[in-house]
This record gives sequence, C-alpha cells and structure tokens, in this order.
Amino acid sequence: MKEFLEGSHAIAEVIKTCNPGLISAYPITPQTHIVEDLAQMVSDGQIKSQFVNVESEHSAASVVLGGSATGVRVYTATSSQGLFYMQEVVFNIAGMRLPVVMTCANRAISAPINIWNDQQDSISLRDAGWVQIYAENNQEAMDFHLIAYRLAEDKRVMLPVMVCMDGFILTHGMETVDTPEQDKVDKFLPPYNPLYKLDPAAPLSMGLLADPECYMETRFAIQETMRQCLEYLPGISSDFNGVFGRDYKDLLVEEYQVKDAEKVIVAMGSVCGTIKEVIDEQRAKGKKVGLLRIISYRPFPYARVCAALKNTAKVAVLDKAVSLGAYAPVAAEVKSAFFGKKKGPKVISSFVAGLGGRDITAETIREVFRRLNTKEVNFDFVDLKPELLKEDYGE
Amino acid sequence: MENNPLFKSGHTACAGCGQAVAARLIIEAAGPNTIVANNTGCLEVFSTKYPETAWGVPWIHSLFENSAAVASGIEAALKYLGKKDTVNVIAQGGDGSSGDIGLQALSGMLERGHDILYVCYDNEAYMNTGVQRSGLTPFDTNTTTSPAGKQSSGNIRPKKPVPEICAAHGIPYAATASAGFPQDLIRKVKKAIAIKGPKYLQVHVPCPLGWRHATNQMLSVAKAAVESGLYPLFEYENGVLTGLRQITPKPVDDYLKMQGRFKHLINNPEEVKKIQDIADNNIKKYGLKLEA
Repeated sequence: MKEFLEGSHAIAEVIKTCNPGLISAYPITPQTHIVEDLAQMVSDGQIKSQFVNVESEHSAASVVLGGSATGVRVYTATSSQGLFYMQEVVFNIAGMRLPVVMTCANRAISAPINIWNDQQDSISLRDAGWVQIYAENNQEAMDFHLIAYRLAEDKRVMLPVMVCMDGFILTHGMETVDTPEQDKVDKFLPPYNPLYKLDPAAPLSMGLLADPECYMETRFAIQETMRQCLEYLPGISSDFNGVFGRDYKDLLVEEYQVKDAEKVIVAMGSVCGTIKEVIDEQRAKGKKVGLLRIISYRPFPYARVCAALKNTAKVAVLDKAVSLGAYAPVAAEVKSAFFGKKKGPKVISSFVAGLGGRDITAETIREVFRRLNTKEVNFDFVDLKPELLKEDYGE
Repeated sequence: MENNPLFKSGHTACAGCGQAVAARLIIEAAGPNTIVANNTGCLEVFSTKYPETAWGVPWIHSLFENSAAVASGIEAALKYLGKKDTVNVIAQGGDGSSGDIGLQALSGMLERGHDILYVCYDNEAYMNTGVQRSGLTPFDTNTTTSPAGKQSSGNIRPKKPVPEICAAHGIPYAATASAGFPQDLIRKVKKAIAIKGPKYLQVHVPCPLGWRHATNQMLSVAKAAVESGLYPLFEYENGVLTGLRQITPKPVDDYLKMQGRFKHLINNPEEVKKIQDIADNNIKKYGLKLEA
C-alpha cells in the first residue's frame, strides 16, 4: 500500500509486520520516533510484543540479547552515543550468534556533541560481527529490515544485522513508500524457529568461558559465515523481488551508470540520491560518470567492487566517517580490494564530507568529480571552512 | 538432588568456597523450572569453562554487569511465550557486578517490576580478579587496592548498603542471608521465588583466598560475621522490615581474628573499636540483640 510516511514511522510499520516478541530501546535522537511509534502500536494492541523501557542502551541491548536467547524475535534501535554505550553487548550478541535486528539511525559522535547525521557510529563498530547494510531511501530502509530478519535467522547465518539509515535525512524525511502487506511479509519471512534456546525442558548453558584452546575458532566461524553471507544475500534479494516486486539485485552493491564511466564515486547511504542526480546532470552534458553504491559494508563485497570498477579509470570514494590517523574507512576497503590486482582504476582518491550533518549538496558532488583527476588524493575533506581552521596558541 | 543435581560437582571452585556452596543451595531451592542469567565472576568461570558446565538448568552468561538486564529480556520473552507462570528467572552476580558496575542494570530491573529473583553473592571484594576493593568491601579491610600500610588501615569506607537501596525501590522482597545458615538461605530463596515481582537476596559468602582463612573454616567464619552483628540477616517486604535473625552478640574481635584480611588490626584497638561501633550500630538499628 502506497503511503506518504516519515521514515521512522515507516520503520515502525515494517517492524510491526515482523511481529517481534520483544522490543527494547532507550531514547536517543534521531532514533526516538521509531520506538515511540512502536510503543504506541503496543499500547493500542496492534502488536503483541513485550515493550521493555530500559534505563540505558547497555540494558536495551542486554534485554534483546536475553529475549533472543529465550527464542523470540527481538528488535532494538539506537544511534551514535547509544550505539557506543551498547558496544560491549553488540560484540557479545554476535559472539553468541543471536539473530538480533537493530536499526542504527546514523549520527555523528561526540565530542563536540552533535546530533546530526554522518556514519561514524555504525562504521566504528564494523568489527563487531554484525552484518551492516546501508539504505539510500526510506523504501529501502523498510525493505532492508525484512531482509535483515530473513538473513539473521537463517540457520546457516545466525548473526545479528544492523540496518543503517541516515539520521534525520531518512528518519525524519517524508517519502511515499510502499508498505509491505502482512500476507506478503508472512510469505517472505517465516516465523523464527531458534536452533537453541533457554528452555527448562532441555537445559543448556550459553556464554561459556573459552580459553586459548577454543576461542579463535569462534572468530573463524563468524568470519566464514560473513563470507558466506555474500553468497546468501543475492538469493534472499531474488526471493524478496519475487514476493514484493522490488529488485535490489545482489544486495551487495548498486551500479549506477558504471559500465562505460570514466569517473565513478563510491559511497553509502542517502547521499547516493544526490550523487545520482549529479550523474544525470553530467551525463546530459556528455560526461561519463557513475556511482557504485555499497549496500553491504559488512561483509564487504571486495570481489564485487573489483568486478564493477575494473575498467574505471578514476574512482573517488566519498566517506561520511573517518578513521582518525588513517585512510577513510570505505576508501581503505576499496583500495585494499584492488591491491595486487592487475586490472583496476589508475586513481583511487579519498574524500570525506558531510561530517556532523554538514549538507552534502550537488555542488559538493560536482567538486568531488572536479577533484578526481590524474593526481590521486590520499585523503582530503570537502567543504571545509578555512576561516575555522586558524589556531591561536596565545603568546 | 543426589540423582540429578542442578549444580553438579566437578567444577573448579577453590576448596572452601562459600559461593559454590550457596549457589548449589539456591538453585536446588529454586528447582529445575528455573532459568539463570549470570554475571561474569568466579561462579561463572569455575562452573562453565567450555566444553563443560556444572548447571542442570538453562543458564546464560553475557557480560560482567548485565545479568539483571539479560534476565529482564528472558522474563519478557517468557511472558510473550505465555510461559512466565511456570518458569522462575534468577539473575545473579558477585558484590562488584551487582552493587558497583551492575547497580544501574539492577535498579532498572527492580524499577520495571520484572518477576525475577536477583541473587548477589557478597564476598566483599573483586575476588575473580585478585581481591580488589569493591563498594561492598567492609571498613578497614586489607585488599590489593585498599592495602593496609604505614598510613592506612585498609578500606576507608563502610559497606555500600545495597539491600537497603534495593528495598527503597519498594520491591516486594529484599533480604540478606549467609552461607553459614543454609536452612535460613533455603527458606528465603523459596519464599522469594513464591512472590511475584522483583526480589533481591544478598548472600554473605566467605572466600578463603581473599579473606585468608582456613578452607575448613568457611561455615564458622560466615556464622561469626552474623553473630558479631557485622552481617545482619533481615527481610524487607514492600519496604517494611519483617524478618530478623536475632543474635547474642559476640565481640567483632572473634570474627576479625579468623581472617588474614584483618590481621593488620591486631594490636590496634582503636581501629577494632571503630569496627565494633559498626556492629553496635547494626545491632541497635535492626534490633538484632536477643533479649534474655
């Protein structure tokens, strides 16, 4: 059903169709509207979920961990500092192979405190063992939650999935979306049937101490499953298309005008909408430009990136996060994807933009295309304000 | 219990461990229809080293400080599944993970009204990491981070009153117990389990390694703590003091002398007097003294 909805409300609507047995969250901007809407749905009896209002994000993550271990489908959402406060539980959930689904309303990290959008929060937790998929618009953000549960609860996977959507830009943006019908959701997403659960009828112990004799194998197992997820995602995408008629191709990347492009920007999330507009504008002027959108950041689709960009002369990676003291996060992945490869771009330049919610405009994107020339840029910011960069040491 | 124990032998607790004794008594009192969420700590380490487990009930360990929140999720999930009325939920941890780093999660669990029994095994320091001071370490205790020295006689603060803090949440049941009084402990667990809502039980469990007493003295040391007035055994129901184990008070000196952690107080009557004052205050505050 087509509806004109706020992004957060759209997410609440799709979570409702997933029928989680347990929802737990702690308020943080810009995640709040999602859980407020879910709380109202529970209060009105539209869903039968238990809604646990906790005293912190650490407990929100711990509550869904406990619920998932007891064998029910669970949901939580957070952002920024909230995700960081959850961090040890986030790693723990993956280590315990619990299929938790979380929305991360992407927001900048303090200090200085800033409630606006970039992707530093989820990217900083890239090593946690969660699948991370990034939505470009609210339709995708909705659909990706259905895909997230389907992937997480797949017995071959049993890993948590984080659906990342840009804070405010998507969470508070109004768009026309196609709300999935319940019968279609039921067709695509079977009820959760746990492999193991806490049950007095069949007692088992979870979360045991692993000494050096067995710890490393647990990490091998997750790494292996992550690799396999690159193979499962295209299949799930095809099933999704069969039921809902929306085609996300292999769900790893999206190629937009890449085939004959001489210059390609690589990016993730909502900024890709702006990039596509600029590409259309430049193509109309005869310029061969394109976009490679990363959908699955974890696992990272190295082979797919190589296949897409092997004939592209110049690539610019546009990050909305940093790894201070090193290459930008997505740029580092793209560069390493081509390391030792015979065919690949002559130039892979790295630009960072949009931190702390600074608008990435069409002009920002044009600037990136302009600066993408024969001289490789290892790392640079776009849209810096020079007047704010002067330092005064006194004396 | 003999045929199918819920907490099996063969775990790796130290000889004379009060926590191991209490853990067994508590789970046997709660019965097989119980799910346990356990904080990181000695109990977790010595009972569940992969691939072995001592537990005959469903048991989960997540992190150091979050068993109250994990148990909240278990309880909510059981409610969703319609199974809460047939399954007990216990969250448990040591004094540090319950009263210090996990106090927020514990308070949240109590305030939200979950039907969970929280058990705090109080051995009065961070024993699993090597006897560091916690908020529940008694006054003048020699620990590795509150060492007695030329200018200090050990821990400078009295115990954090966690049972009273819990009782102040207005929960239906908050009580203390001791490994030295097993029948009393079993009775309190059964009573707590039968009450709907959040319950807190703090159990005094001697640690021969950290307290430095002989391993065959665990029960005597535990009893001496109660009989001195330093570890009052009480029950609060809905914020009102309803139960008390009364004593014929013995001097705290008897209790202190049994343990190496107080050895530095020998020949320091001034400091012993301060500890006697703490016991006397407890005796007065709770009315612990048995009248002839």
